[in-house]
Amino acid sequence: MRVAGKGLVDRSDTVTFSFDGRSYDGFAGDTVASALLANDVRLMGRSFKYHRPRGVLTAGSEEPNALVTVGRGAASEPNVRATVQEIYDGLQVRSQNAWPSLDFDIMAVNNLVSPFLGAGFYYKTFMWPRKFWERVYEPVIRRAAGLGGLSGAHNPDSYERAFAFCDVLVIGAGPAGLMAALTAARGGADVILADEDALMGGRLNAETYEINGKLGHVWVAEVVDELAEMDNVRLMSRTTVTGAYDHGTFGALERVGHHHGRRDEGAPLECFWRIVAKHSILTGGALERPIAFQNNDRPGIMTAAAVRAYLNRWGVSPGKALTIFGNNDDAHRTALDLAEAGVRIAAVIDSRTDVDIKGDYPVYRGAQVFNTSGGKALESVSIRTINGVEKIQTDCLAMSGGWNPTVHLTCHMNGRPTWRPDIQAFVPSEGAIPGMVAAGACNGTFSTHGCLAEGAQVAGKVLGMLGKKQPDLPLPQAEDAPYRMAPLWAIAGKGRAWLDFQNDVSVKDIKQAAVENFRSVEHMKRYTTQGMATDQGKNSNVGALAVLADATGRGIPETGTTTFRPPYSPVSIAAMGAGAQGKGFAPERFTTSHSASVEAGAPMIEAGLWYRPSYFPKPGEKTWRQSCDREVGYVRKAVGICDVSTLGKIDIQGPDAAALLDFVYTNMFSTLKVGRVRYGLMLREDGTVMDDGTCARLGETHFVMTTTTAAAGAVMKHLEFVAQCLHPEWRVAMTSVTEQWAQFAVAGPKSRDLLNGVLDTPIDNDSWPFMACGDMSVLGVKGRLFRISFSGEHAYEIAVPARYGESLFRELVSRAQGVGGGAYGMEALNVLRIEKGFITHSEIHGRTTAFDVGMAGMISAKKDCIGKVMAGRPGLVAADRERLVGMKPVGAVKLLSAGAHIFAKDAEAVRENDEGYVTSVCFSPEVGTYIGLGFVKNGPERYGEVMRVVDHLRELEVEVEICPPVFFDPEGGRARG
Amino acid sequence: MRLDCPMCGSRDRREFYYQGDAVMLARPAVDAGEAAWDSYLHLRDNPAGQTRELWQHEAGCGAWLVVTRDTVTHAVSAVELASDVKRAMA
Repeated sequence: MRVAGKGLVDRSDTVTFSFDGRSYDGFAGDTVASALLANDVRLMGRSFKYHRPRGVLTAGSEEPNALVTVGRGAASEPNVRATVQEIYDGLQVRSQNAWPSLDFDIMAVNNLVSPFLGAGFYYKTFMWPRKFWERVYEPVIRRAAGLGGLSGAHNPDSYERAFAFCDVLVIGAGPAGLMAALTAARGGADVILADEDALMGGRLNAETYEINGKLGHVWVAEVVDELAEMDNVRLMSRTTVTGAYDHGTFGALERVGHHHGRRDEGAPLECFWRIVAKHSILTGGALERPIAFQNNDRPGIMTAAAVRAYLNRWGVSPGKALTIFGNNDDAHRTALDLAEAGVRIAAVIDSRTDVDIKGDYPVYRGAQVFNTSGGKALESVSIRTINGVEKIQTDCLAMSGGWNPTVHLTCHMNGRPTWRPDIQAFVPSEGAIPGMVAAGACNGTFSTHGCLAEGAQVAGKVLGMLGKKQPDLPLPQAEDAPYRMAPLWAIAGKGRAWLDFQNDVSVKDIKQAAVENFRSVEHMKRYTTQGMATDQGKNSNVGALAVLADATGRGIPETGTTTFRPPYSPVSIAAMGAGAQGKGFAPERFTTSHSASVEAGAPMIEAGLWYRPSYFPKPGEKTWRQSCDREVGYVRKAVGICDVSTLGKIDIQGPDAAALLDFVYTNMFSTLKVGRVRYGLMLREDGTVMDDGTCARLGETHFVMTTTTAAAGAVMKHLEFVAQCLHPEWRVAMTSVTEQWAQFAVAGPKSRDLLNGVLDTPIDNDSWPFMACGDMSVLGVKGRLFRISFSGEHAYEIAVPARYGESLFRELVSRAQGVGGGAYGMEALNVLRIEKGFITHSEIHGRTTAFDVGMAGMISAKKDCIGKVMAGRPGLVAADRERLVGMKPVGAVKLLSAGAHIFAKDAEAVRENDEGYVTSVCFSPEVGTYIGLGFVKNGPERYGEVMRVVDHLRELEVEVEICPPVFFDPEGGRARG
Repeated sequence: MRLDCPMCGSRDRREFYYQGDAVMLARPAVDAGEAAWDSYLHLRDNPAGQTRELWQHEAGCGAWLVVTRDTVTHAVSAVELASDVKRAMA
């Protein structure tokens, strides 16, 4: 119910939303949790395993119970914490993990059979028969236990990633954080202040503390206003710093669009930030811990701080007659605030005997709540005092077992927190994150004065390290009450006393783990699931640790903590992977002829990031083979045009360019004449082939290297490595010009005639012989011409600046069509090269040597080169290595498949008898049958032998004759002619 | 993770390509023998502590770098141009 005169919500702005189909009103500033409580809705979820009815436990992002699904259809989002989700008009919220309804959940039967479902139950119960795991047990368990589900539809929301940089990142905008940010900002530092809440101020918005004689939230608003006006400050609300990483890098999730229903204004739903900070100040506050006792999980039981937050920030009392149970002074503020607001207090129970409590309500000292009753809402609590047992009628219990500083971020780089016995809690260890200091409640300093003072002090220290002066900033006046508490973790008694509400882990489960020798805290966690899922044990870890310590006879610091890992609170994969969905997963690289190819109906295939035409279909052609065969015919009989711009092109210049090439290629390039091209083979240092391609010498100190499409990046990196790391004394520089030049193969007997129609100066065999290269002018555009051939035909590659690529391609194709040729795609290109036995990365696939591909002779004896020494190792030049051969089917079956393995004719097709494999196959119009390239033991020594090729995957078996890998024009006369 | 490229300044690690131990700068002579080549190519120390490793500022200036990094703390104590390091070895 709402409490008159309380809260920071805007009562003039009514907001209507729905929960499980029913419409409710709240106010601007409400969360789903506060608005539902205001409407007296307390049942908000069902627990993970036992489907017990649950209400909110907290008022923040650490909420373990009130997980809901927000939105409808594809845009629906599961496991949203009702305590974080702000309401807006039209917001649709559904409960989850309950069927058929939250009110009546069939799976609550789990709760009745719970004796069989204790810690590690599925390790013990569902062992046999083994095959039942996947088909029976796991689906059943998954349906019975769980969180909300995804819609299964494509996520229509957009997400972003962004970088930010600052001198000082302040994490958390409570009293310590605001004071630190203000100090650092006034001192001239570049400050980012990030807070997960929509409203900055932390606990000051949830308490009735005064600062400088004003209510805390008034002081907060003044400070935030001042910070917002400063150019050197960025305020990031609704932004959770989720992880601390190396060298001052932080991950942070900004919830940009969750608090309104607008999805059409271009703003993303979430933005994942990487914030780089020279220094960071952790002022993340502290989280109140519950107390474990029987049935401490009924809706209506929550932390004392949550009750104060609902009252003071949202003007809501979670009940009509409240009971407070705690072990520390702080819990009593709840009673004071409630009484002040006129809410009835049923009882205040303090586990300590030596405390002085004043109040106009029943007070029990040295007493404990040991059980509760009620169904889907709390009805009464049972307490044990020195006088005996008593039952108190109450609909809300506010409990406090003390406070845990939020040390999480300080543990993200392997740091372990330090146990402080005086506050019975872990605090950050100094230096756990380089450049980070902690202040305020997250450092174990709990009074408002202490938080303000420490915030100012650490900011001053950071300013000093930045070489800036601490500003003269008077410390505001605030309360400085000591934090007095006595440890109280679990109340002795029968039944299940819950520790981890989200995972349904009870005190008994922890004790059971200890009994079964899962005594290490990490083992206990995995055995019981304590501290897993969305809240990561924020409420329960320390309590569970205390129980484990007790059960194993150790102290808490000796027992240790589990490891806190990023993220601090859940981050959607969509936010971390923003921009990488769909087409964003891999950039697309298009050649200049792309649209011309697409217009011609060519299916485009991926080659690395590039897209290349597979073939150019003509009307009447029913299969790709018909198109491919026709295109092969263009090149063999007339002239074909193919875009080869995707091959890597590296411009290499400098007096030592030739020396570099001699060193990276196996063969000589220093002897290459200007105006000539040479084929080169490149090895890795271990002796295997890295890449091959041609290299043209355009000038005494100027070369252009081509690489295969796939290896362009690796070769570039390799050249830079050699030039910078092995021979920095060489005067040579290189740059990739792949995208600057559009390059087209003009191949076939009519290639020169076609070119002479477009070149400004005609060429002939004397002026432009085989392997010649140089500058030329095409239709008035300056470009380059290389007489090289990947088809075995009389062929050229013509290159122009990329901006002329499309028009040149269209012109060349049109002219080719006029003489019985046309464009050809990757399929035809592949046939043409297989017929000639030219290798690609199908053959030089990272395990083959120059010897294997029949190019051992290309390793020059006159010089050193990368890979030369290792290529000479005996094992790499043994005759019985699998070496390159060609093959033709000779039996009844005429089909070949790449990937098939090769066996002796009469050998059984098993691994022990494997003698090689097929790497490339095609139907050769020239040969009239399928042909293939592959590797066979002793390779060339077996020409003429008939062998057995078996493709176990495609269940194909073919007899082949092993032959030389060149099927067409072995003398090479056609390319030279 | 951040690296201070001597050319470009402090940059996110996503701009860099990691190669491996900086021993790759010390390429043996052709006649150094099998053991030296084996060591150069295959044998690497795996220390808990300081390592010197090769990175390339692939999405930046292209410079190859020798990064001195502590494998335990991930603290980077030096980033040098590999060409400078190699020249100094000569």
